[in-house]
Amino acid sequence: MALLDVTNLDVRFALRRGDVQALRDVCFSLERGERLGIVGESGAGKSVAAFSLLNLIAKPGYIAGGSITFDGQELTAMSDRGLRHVRGHRMSMIFQDPMMTLNPVLTIGEQMVECLKAHRRISTREARAISLRKLEQVQIPSPSARLDQYPHELSGGMRQRVIIAIALLLDPDIIIADEPTTALDVTIQAEIMALLLELCEKHNVGLILITHDLGVVSQVTQRMLVMYAGRVIEQGPTREIINDPQHPYTQGLINALPQMATPGARLNQIPGSMPSLDNLPSGCAFHPRCGFVARADGSTRHACTDEVPDFVTSGNCRVACHMVAEMLDRERIPAEEIR
Amino acid sequence: MSSTAHATAAEPASPLLEIRGVEKRFSLSGDFLEQLKFKGGKLVREQKYVHAINGVDLDIQRGEALCVVGESGCGKSTVARTVMGLLHPSAGEIRYDGERIDDLSHQALMPYRRRMQMIFQNPYASLNPRMTIQQTLEEPIRLHHPDWSPQRVKQQVAEVMASVGIAADWGARYGHEFSGGQRQRIAIARALAVDPEFIVADEPISALDVSIQAQVLNLLMEAQQQRNLTYLFITHDLAVVEHFGTRVAVMYLGRVCEVAPTATLFARPRHPYTQALMSAIPRLEDDRPQHIRLQGEVPTPVNLPSGCVFHGRCPHANARCRSEIPELIVSDDGSQVACHAVEEGRID
Amino acid sequence: MTTTNSSMDVAPVASRWSRFRGSYLLYSFKRDPIAQLSLLVFIVLVGVAVLAPWLAPMDPYDLAQIDILASELPPFWVDGSDPAYLMGTDAQGRDLLSTILYGARVSLIIGFGAVALQALLGVSFGLLAGYLGGRVDAFLMRLADIQLSFSTLMVAIVVGALVKAVFGGATYSDFAVPLLVLIIGLAEWPQYARTVRASVLAERSKEYVDAARVMGFTSRRIMFRHILPNTLSPIFVISTVQVANAIISEAALSFLGLGMPETHPSLGSLIKSGFDYIQSGSWWITLIPGAMLVILVLVINLLGDWLRDVLNPRLYKG
Repeated sequence: MALLDVTNLDVRFALRRGDVQALRDVCFSLERGERLGIVGESGAGKSVAAFSLLNLIAKPGYIAGGSITFDGQELTAMSDRGLRHVRGHRMSMIFQDPMMTLNPVLTIGEQMVECLKAHRRISTREARAISLRKLEQVQIPSPSARLDQYPHELSGGMRQRVIIAIALLLDPDIIIADEPTTALDVTIQAEIMALLLELCEKHNVGLILITHDLGVVSQVTQRMLVMYAGRVIEQGPTREIINDPQHPYTQGLINALPQMATPGARLNQIPGSMPSLDNLPSGCAFHPRCGFVARADGSTRHACTDEVPDFVTSGNCRVACHMVAEMLDRERIPAEEIR
Repeated sequence: MSSTAHATAAEPASPLLEIRGVEKRFSLSGDFLEQLKFKGGKLVREQKYVHAINGVDLDIQRGEALCVVGESGCGKSTVARTVMGLLHPSAGEIRYDGERIDDLSHQALMPYRRRMQMIFQNPYASLNPRMTIQQTLEEPIRLHHPDWSPQRVKQQVAEVMASVGIAADWGARYGHEFSGGQRQRIAIARALAVDPEFIVADEPISALDVSIQAQVLNLLMEAQQQRNLTYLFITHDLAVVEHFGTRVAVMYLGRVCEVAPTATLFARPRHPYTQALMSAIPRLEDDRPQHIRLQGEVPTPVNLPSGCVFHGRCPHANARCRSEIPELIVSDDGSQVACHAVEEGRID
Repeated sequence: MTTTNSSMDVAPVASRWSRFRGSYLLYSFKRDPIAQLSLLVFIVLVGVAVLAPWLAPMDPYDLAQIDILASELPPFWVDGSDPAYLMGTDAQGRDLLSTILYGARVSLIIGFGAVALQALLGVSFGLLAGYLGGRVDAFLMRLADIQLSFSTLMVAIVVGALVKAVFGGATYSDFAVPLLVLIIGLAEWPQYARTVRASVLAERSKEYVDAARVMGFTSRRIMFRHILPNTLSPIFVISTVQVANAIISEAALSFLGLGMPETHPSLGSLIKSGFDYIQSGSWWITLIPGAMLVILVLVINLLGDWLRDVLNPRLYKG
């Protein structure tokens, strides 16, 4: 049994026009120490997925169905008290904007000590010692001086290191990182990602990395999910998906990168834009932008416009696409269940 | 227009835009009363400045796309805004087609306004929320062609809308009804509406999603081919530069540290900062990135380091780097590098 | 050419009417009974005030219609009333209902007139200060500070005394309405200027303003065509509050004898004229116009509150 198991997660937002479904049928799992990437464009629902793991969705959002089991416990049915224990203690979160987590009027040390004492019965002195050790782990220069500094005295990269130290404070099993380096420059991003990767490997901490950057995902994670319009459309080992994407959207996303085209030539763009969640197209949500609705012989694959595709297994990956399903049927590859 | 007459007379090799020793400081000290301080029993006037750009020299040739890259705070956007006259340079001069434009009056600048246009970073803020798309696109045409008939203006709008791939029925709508990519198309249409020859694009795709970035980049490249445009393209994304740029200028802390043709720069980055920057791009191919780790942090542009601005983080810095400011020096492969170590042959 | 996203992912163009029907403004109005009631009361009050010459049983300005023997008659539900005077009469024998309707008209004219003047001054100064910045900004904002340090009352006393001294009391009575508009308008423009300046500063930093500057538009066109329309929401909100404030200011000035003369009463001067008789039992001369004033100001403030909640983008919920 996996450490974290999400099945058929369904998250909705109650708006005045009616409910909007932000996540539909999201399933994935995470083993202990595994690094998983969740990739998608804005509006795909990747941040909602991360927030719902810790039951942190703000009103008017709510979890309408499905289950999240963490270490055998069902999180969707857990009391606030139990959830508070899981947050921080077992799972912690890193946000895009460090200032969202750091309180500007408290020193770094005060915040770390407070966090430790809220979860453990220890003295302030012990808490400071632990905090110092964590700051050393994230390779901050002169860590003991940093304890008495305020967040605004640190640079962006330094703040993100402090955030990582705070995330590691209670030795969690899983770190959820929501676009942790989007606000940072490339050179700092490279350092932070390298640090995160190194710490996760060393302490056997699981990582759920939410990002729009395929380059970052390919360097850090072992498995990845691709999300589109509130649904997971492809999941599997990162290398396999990057090297041989099955879903037309994943293919389009990778081929649209400037590094995939010869300099100066036209980029392979995906036409159109992501539909809004309250006005999804029928059938496969990607079909209005998909080049494979018409078969090679010119006939139209009506399933794409009419039916929501189920997952099919292709190699080590699972893909929700009628075109892939049809190709697999033709090749008569027996479907085998993988995770 | 005297300027166009001058342009035809000039030799073809002359650059379209010349940036000569441009500096831009922003005062941090507020108004006169706030600058007064007591020091050592005396009342002194003290002013602090942010040195956004310090002595930038760049030439932009006709028909090329010059990309300016650098990290946040390196002054690349300030260069763009100074070129467009949104900021006045504290020192130095800017010449367009041989004519100095940074000291012109509003009236004298008008002919250049039509020839130079700008595309902005944030598509959510760059369209006036109270104007329809049709109004947004007609307004600049009416301003620069007051003698055109309403039919001619409408026809021009229809043409430019078609050329950026936006449907004619968008005209009656407002900006907020569109997605980010669609808005950026509209912003590009607005820039193209007056048939400019030179476009400054300040991070035009960094606020957009990956699949939309490709659409907008393609649109910009198509426009360049069809209209023979010249671009000054500001970005932090080196992958985009490699694809889009004819030449690249790398900036660090308000100074240009390397200028080279794109292929040359990517094949052989020479400045230590360029090398570090290139190694940090997350690529799809490699699993374990081996990026060059820079020591320390970017200094603040308030108190600039002496000598080379990069010396505090450079692995090759020596005494000369700490005292003497390096100038851009043309090397054998056509690239220009501002680095003492490269000049002396200490690094290759 | 790029034939990518056509109209497939955009809804059809909405007409102005259907745009309004689908708007958040109407939606929240439909769900807010207080706003509905306030608007209804406000429309009724403004309606009867505007139509006073046709609705009122008498013309209180016409001395020929006044019967001094019929003074201090109580309203209809009190013993000793005369059915000809529904709300009774005041000390000069004027029909109180008619006088209130005419008085509300004067109060509303002064209220809206003063706010129009405030808005004109405040919006222009706020736009100039916010857009041009620097010395212009510093100068105009210091001017606003100085203006705010004089209370409306002081301005009224000074201007009133000057006019009375120079032109005499009779002229003052003739020009009381425009004078009060001028006084209240001058005294309160800084409220507008500050609000407008703040939102101009926010708008000026947006890229559509840079885009307009790059196009080569003049500062005047950018200010009025591009920035001003985007600062209208706060202007609307502050206007409602300011109308209520101006009506109250006028009433206060009139009550102190610095406003409308009793021959041409506003709600405030009616309250004052009745105040002397409250001890002798003729309470209605003060209390009925007082109630009218309170209701008028209350509904305007309630509408203002509702409008502020609706137009505040931070409270915007899809």
